[in-house]
Amino acid sequence: MGKLGTITRRTFLIGSAAIAGGVAFGYYQVTKELENPLKPGKGETTLNPYLLITKEGITIITPRAEMGQGVHTTLAALVAEELDVAWQDIKTMHGPASGTYYNEKVATLPYPEYKENSTKDKLENIMGAVGKIMGIQITGGSTSTRDAFEKMRLAGAAARYAMIEAAADKTGQKASTLKTKDGFVILPDGQKLSYLQLAPEAAKIPPPEAPKLKDPSEWRYLGKDMPRVDMVEKVTGTAEFGIDTKLEGMLFATIRMNPQLGAKMKSFDAKKAKEMPGVKKVVDLGDGIGVIANNTWQAFEAAKKITIEWEEAPYPPDTKAIFSQIEQAFNNEPNSTLRDDGDVNTALVPTKDIIKAQYAVPFLAHATMEPMNAVALLKDDKLTVWAGNQAPVLVRDHAAKVAGLNSEAVTVYTPYMGGGFGRRCEYDFSDLAVKMAMAMPGLPIKTTWSREEDMRHDFYRPGAIAHFEGRMGNDQPIALKADIASPSCFQQFSSRFMGMAPPGPDKILVEGSFDQPYAIEHYQVNGYISDIAVPLGPWRSVGNSYNGFFHECFLDELAASKNIDPVAMRLQLMKNEHEPSYKVLKAVAEMADWDKPLAKNKGRGVAFTYSFNTPVAQIIEISNSEDGLKVDKVWCALDVGTALDPRNIEAQMMSGIIYGLSAAIYGEITFENGQVVEGNFDSYDALRMATAPQIEVKTLQNKPHISGVGEPGTPPSMPALANAIFNLTGNRIRELPLKNAVEFA
Amino acid sequence: MGRSLNINGSDITIEADPQTPLLWVLRDELGLVGTKFGCGIAMCGACTVLVDGEPTRSCSLSVGDVEGKVTTIEGIGTPENMTIIQQVWVEHQVAQCGYCQSGQIMAATALLQENNQPTDEDIDDAMSGNLCRCGTYPRIRAAIHEAATRLQRS
Repeated sequence: MGKLGTITRRTFLIGSAAIAGGVAFGYYQVTKELENPLKPGKGETTLNPYLLITKEGITIITPRAEMGQGVHTTLAALVAEELDVAWQDIKTMHGPASGTYYNEKVATLPYPEYKENSTKDKLENIMGAVGKIMGIQITGGSTSTRDAFEKMRLAGAAARYAMIEAAADKTGQKASTLKTKDGFVILPDGQKLSYLQLAPEAAKIPPPEAPKLKDPSEWRYLGKDMPRVDMVEKVTGTAEFGIDTKLEGMLFATIRMNPQLGAKMKSFDAKKAKEMPGVKKVVDLGDGIGVIANNTWQAFEAAKKITIEWEEAPYPPDTKAIFSQIEQAFNNEPNSTLRDDGDVNTALVPTKDIIKAQYAVPFLAHATMEPMNAVALLKDDKLTVWAGNQAPVLVRDHAAKVAGLNSEAVTVYTPYMGGGFGRRCEYDFSDLAVKMAMAMPGLPIKTTWSREEDMRHDFYRPGAIAHFEGRMGNDQPIALKADIASPSCFQQFSSRFMGMAPPGPDKILVEGSFDQPYAIEHYQVNGYISDIAVPLGPWRSVGNSYNGFFHECFLDELAASKNIDPVAMRLQLMKNEHEPSYKVLKAVAEMADWDKPLAKNKGRGVAFTYSFNTPVAQIIEISNSEDGLKVDKVWCALDVGTALDPRNIEAQMMSGIIYGLSAAIYGEITFENGQVVEGNFDSYDALRMATAPQIEVKTLQNKPHISGVGEPGTPPSMPALANAIFNLTGNRIRELPLKNAVEFA
Repeated sequence: MGRSLNINGSDITIEADPQTPLLWVLRDELGLVGTKFGCGIAMCGACTVLVDGEPTRSCSLSVGDVEGKVTTIEGIGTPENMTIIQQVWVEHQVAQCGYCQSGQIMAATALLQENNQPTDEDIDDAMSGNLCRCGTYPRIRAAIHEAATRLQRS
C-alpha cells in the first residue's frame, strides 16, 4: 500500500499538483497495456479481457458487482452490440479480481459536475489514470455504464474485427466483402463461419488501433429494453448468492463482534458454547469471537451463549452526545467552501427578511436483504474466497494480508449480491471469513452474520446537521448560505480503500448542496468536518442523501415565504444555468399536472437533485387517511444523456425512490452506551407492499454525456416528501425520519 | 433418531435437532438454498415456504413443529419449466437483486391459490410481510394481477 499511498497522495492534490503528479508518476502506467487476467483453459479462447469463447459458446465478462441494478445485462449488451451476437446465445460472468477492470470514473473532482469546462475534462482524464494505476475495480458512484460505455463497445468491435480478419485469412476472401450476423461471419456467397470456430485464429490477430463503433442509429440492443440475464435464475431460486455457496465438507460459522464499534475485547468465556451440540470451534478474533458449527443456527445459538467483556467505544456514547459533537464542528474553520458565488456576507447582513432554518438527519444502516457473509477455504497455502462484493481487488489484497499470503495466492469469486447499496464496497466480511477459515485449514467455512450483527456493525451513512440562511427577492432567492457539518465519510472510506485519506476539501460532505444547477447571485456552501469515530461508509447516493434533503427543503421554505410556486421558482433559477436540468423539472411538472389544483385532503411536494451527473426531479403526492399519511404517487423525470436500457433505468429510479422514502419515513440508527440500538427490521423498517407508492418515470436524453442511475433516484425523494407534508399540513419537518413527527398509515 | 418430512413431494429423513428452524435444515442440511435467510424473526419474509399451501416463515418454525407438506421455491418450478407466476415474473422483469424474490413468489403463489381475483387491497394484505429493499413492489403488484388473469384463463 505504501507506493499506492504515495501516488494517490500526490495525484489527489487537485490542480497543477495533480497534473504534475499524474504525468510524472503515471505516464508509463497510464500508457502501458493492461494484462488480460483471463486464463483460458483447454479449448477456450480469449480475445480481450471481456470475452471468453469455448466450443459451447461465448461468455462476456461483466466485471462489476451485480447487486440488483442490472449491470451484468447492460455491460453485456455493450459488447454484444458491437460483436454482433444473438442475445440468447451469450452468457455473462463477473470474472476475476483484476486491476485490468479498473474503474476510471469512480474518482471525482470538487467541481459542480453540470458545468462543462476544459480544465475539468483534463483533470477527469488524470483521475481516470489514477483509477488505472491503482487498479481500482469497484462498483460505486453510479459509474458502471459511464465507465464501460466506450471501452466495452470497443472490446466488442475489436473482437468482431478479428473474427472478420480470421475468416478472410481462412477463406482467401477480402475482409471488406465479409459481414457478420448473430455470431457468424457471412461470406459473399452466403456461407457462414461461426465465431466459435474462428476464435482460436482470431485471438492471434492484433487488435485494430481504433475499431470503428456503430452509429447509435444502427443499435439493435442498446437503447432497447433488454431481458435481464439473471432474471430466470432469480425467479426460480437458482441464482447463487454469496450466502448460497455450497462446497464439499463445508462447515458453518458466525461471528459476534464488539458492538462498541472499533473497540477490542477484554476477555470471553466460551465454556457453555463449546459444550453445545454441533459446535466445532470457538475462535478468538481479538475484537470479537467466531463459532464454527455443523449448521448456521447452531453457530448463532452458541455465539449468544458466550459471555464477553468488551472495551469501550472510541466515540460519544449516545445519539445526543454524538449530535452535540457534530454541532460543535461549526465552531471550526470550514474544511471546504466549494461554492462561493457573489458575496453572501454582504447579501445576508441581518435584516428582517432573512430566513434561517436548521436541519438534521440521522445515521443510517444499509440493511441489504442478504446479511453480510463470505466463504473462505485455506488449503496448501492457497486461499479461495467467495463473497458478494463491490471491490474484488480490495477483497483479494486484504484477504492476502490477513492470511499472510501474496495476492497471487488468493482467488476471489464474486457471486450475485442480495443488495449492496455501498455496504459491499467493504472487506470486513471477507477478512472475518478468512480468519475463520484460518482456524480450520483445509475446510471451507461459510461465515454468516445474523441480521442483528449486520445492522449493528455497518459502515453507516453519517448523521449530519445543516444551518441554512437565505434572502428572497420578489420571485427568486437572492442569497443562499449553507453550512453543513458531519463526520467525514470520505476520509474514512479513503483510508480503508486506498490506505490514506487525501487532504483537501471533502466534496462528498457537501455534494448535493454545493453543486446544484441554480443561478443564485450570492451562493455559498461550507462544509465542516466533525471528528467522530463511528464507522462510516458510502450509502446509496452518499453525501447527496442528506444534502438533497437539506437544500431542497430550504428552497421550498424560501418559495413558501413569498408564496411562490416552488417549481416555477426553480425553473427560473435553472433556465440559464443548466438546460437539461430545466427540462427535467419541466417534464416532471407536466407529468404530475402540477398546474392543476389538488383535492382537499391531498398535498404534494417537489424536489430536484443533480447527482452523479444525472439530474432527477420528483413530485410526490400524499393524502390524509384515517390511519395517517399515505404516500400515493411519485412522478420522476431524469436525464441520462444516452438511455441504454429504458426499462432498467425506470426500475432503478423506482428502487432509488423506495430506498430513499424508506429512509425518510423510518430510517434511524441511534446509539446507547456506545452501541447501536436498532438490530432488525422490527426497529429499522422500510416501505412494504401496502405503503409503497405508485411511481411513474420519464427518461430524457438531452445531456451530452451518458450517466448512471443506481443512486440519483434516492436524494430528491426525501425532500419531496417533506415538502409534500408541509403542503398538506403546514408542518415543516426539518429532521428525519419523518415518523418521529407525523403518523404514517 | 431422524424425523421424516415431506419436502417438495419427497419424504426426507432429517437428522437435525428438532429445535432447529426449518430454514436452516433446508439450507445447510438439504442444500435447498433457494429459500433465503433475511432476519431470523419473521419480519422480512425472505424465508417464506408453503406448509400445506400456507405461507410460512421458515426461520421461525422449528423443524420439530412442522406438520404438513413443505414446498420451497425449488418445488414449484424450474428454469426449464416455470409456473405461470414465475413466467409472468420474468415477463415483467420483476427482480432486481433477487434475494427476496423466492419469498415473494411463494407468498404470491399462496395468495393466488386462495384467491384468483385479488384486489390491490388483497395484495397489500398478503404481500406486506415480504420486504424488498430494492423496491420491486410496483412490478410485483402488476405481475400478480397479470398472473391472476392468466390463471383464470387456464
